[in-house]
Amino acid sequence: MEKVIVARQLTKRFGNFTAVDHISFDVAKGGIFGFLGANGAGKTTAIRMLCGLSLPTSGSATVAGYDVYRENEKIKRNIGYMSQKFSLYEDLTIRENIRFYAGIYGLTDIRIKEKTDLLLKQLQMEGQENSLVRSLPLGWKQKLAFSIAIVHDPALVFLDEPTAGVDPITRREFWSLIYEASSRGITIFVTTHYMDEAEYCNRVSIMVDGKIEALESPLQLMNDFRAASMDEVFLQLARKATRVVE
Amino acid sequence: MHAVVVENIVKNYKIKKSEITALKGVSFEVSRGEIFGIIGPDGAGKTSLFRILTTLLLADSGKALVDGYDVVRDFKTIRGLVGYMPGRFSLYQDLSVSENLEFFATIFSTSIEENYHLVKDIYQQIEPFKTRRAGQLSGGMKQKLALCCALIHKPSVLFLDEPTTGVDAVSRKEFWEMLYRLKAQGITILVSTAYMDEASLCDRVALIQKGNILSVDSPGGIISRFPSPLWAVRATDMYRLMQDIRNHPATLSCYPFGQYHHVVFRDGYEGRQELQAIIEHGRYQQAMVDTIRPNIEDCFMALMKN
Repeated sequence: MEKVIVARQLTKRFGNFTAVDHISFDVAKGGIFGFLGANGAGKTTAIRMLCGLSLPTSGSATVAGYDVYRENEKIKRNIGYMSQKFSLYEDLTIRENIRFYAGIYGLTDIRIKEKTDLLLKQLQMEGQENSLVRSLPLGWKQKLAFSIAIVHDPALVFLDEPTAGVDPITRREFWSLIYEASSRGITIFVTTHYMDEAEYCNRVSIMVDGKIEALESPLQLMNDFRAASMDEVFLQLARKATRVVE
Repeated sequence: MHAVVVENIVKNYKIKKSEITALKGVSFEVSRGEIFGIIGPDGAGKTSLFRILTTLLLADSGKALVDGYDVVRDFKTIRGLVGYMPGRFSLYQDLSVSENLEFFATIFSTSIEENYHLVKDIYQQIEPFKTRRAGQLSGGMKQKLALCCALIHKPSVLFLDEPTTGVDAVSRKEFWEMLYRLKAQGITILVSTAYMDEASLCDRVALIQKGNILSVDSPGGIISRFPSPLWAVRATDMYRLMQDIRNHPATLSCYPFGQYHHVVFRDGYEGRQELQAIIEHGRYQQAMVDTIRPNIEDCFMALMKN
């Protein structure tokens, strides 16, 4: 099966603190990969290395076929990224945001127009393309941000807590968009604090103190840990953490 | 006497020419010593409500009492009585941990020693870093310091605005254990959250959406009023299964919940027969169908649709 991420013994040290400690894993094309861990477990540092924003101390990784040491600019062009903290420009309109991001990713004018129409239709936002993003409800912003993060049809999209704070119905509509993108072959790499969302992933990794302590399908993990939900699995594993995050 | 009484509070914000209604006539009461949850997504009006009750914002209309005092007329008295932990970290970043605590104790004309018993459990966890500037602490440590500062004057009512947002499942559990210890000391706690699963940890909750309260009751009471039987369904190929169930004319709602879909049928349909038919027709493998007890999130979604 084609692999979109291959990481081997990937490590990042800051001084004598090992934030990410020899992690190895593969992510298959088109899958939904859940990347879980308590605050301070090393998730953000690992994601920054995979996005080509931070060089590893040791180990190796390829993302979308490119090497994280030598080809980080190519990685940036072939991935999408969305987080709750940063997504869209609030003082630009919906249309301007789409145009801005699509332009950055090098789409042609014709393609940008096609994509804009498609995206507005898919999100049922036709007729609102000239509204400022600031005026949209949070849930709409998050759905728009996700669609824009994959406007260039990347091999892989990183979603960092994409649904924090949105209402439960919108949270599920958001996951429908994720399934749809995944069915088109876009690989999803997602972090979340909602453990029911972990159960929507094909595979889940759980980081504890910089190491990957579990890497399986949610169903297999629940069997292995004799747990009724991913919440229980997570609590059992994360409680083992000994590192003091200062 | 109730710890908090809220009667028909309305709050609008004017932004340029448009007007946004944050609270559309909200009413509820909180008993003394309760942990009362305000549960709703971002933009529901939780922060506006907390700012009105802590006298930091004026309502357009309606009335509110905290500890029997009016939030408009007696605002100075209330400020001495309540503890408030805002959603955004708002301690002094360039003061150390111990300086922040000292500062808040002094403002309220008390000392750390006088009420140390209240914060002891929490403060001991951050004491190793007491000379560090607050701005340099991790998220979890900042949260513990903010809670200590909100408690150091022994408030009768504690307002916590989304204390667990962005916090992982383990730290959230620890935070709630701290709240139970404070409740045992007689402090009334109003806590807001967007995490629906935290509702079951409260004595009573108000579910809030777009400035309206959908329901106020104990978590068990809200669940017992769920209007119809709730089905949990699982099979291979969950995404296709969801679409098939949604397209069935008898289906009222179908939402994914972890490894199951939760399904409600329209009045007059039994449910099991419809689901069996969908499963057979779609040739799904390893299917499981069962009725289950709803959780707060099921109830919230059902109420949102009304």
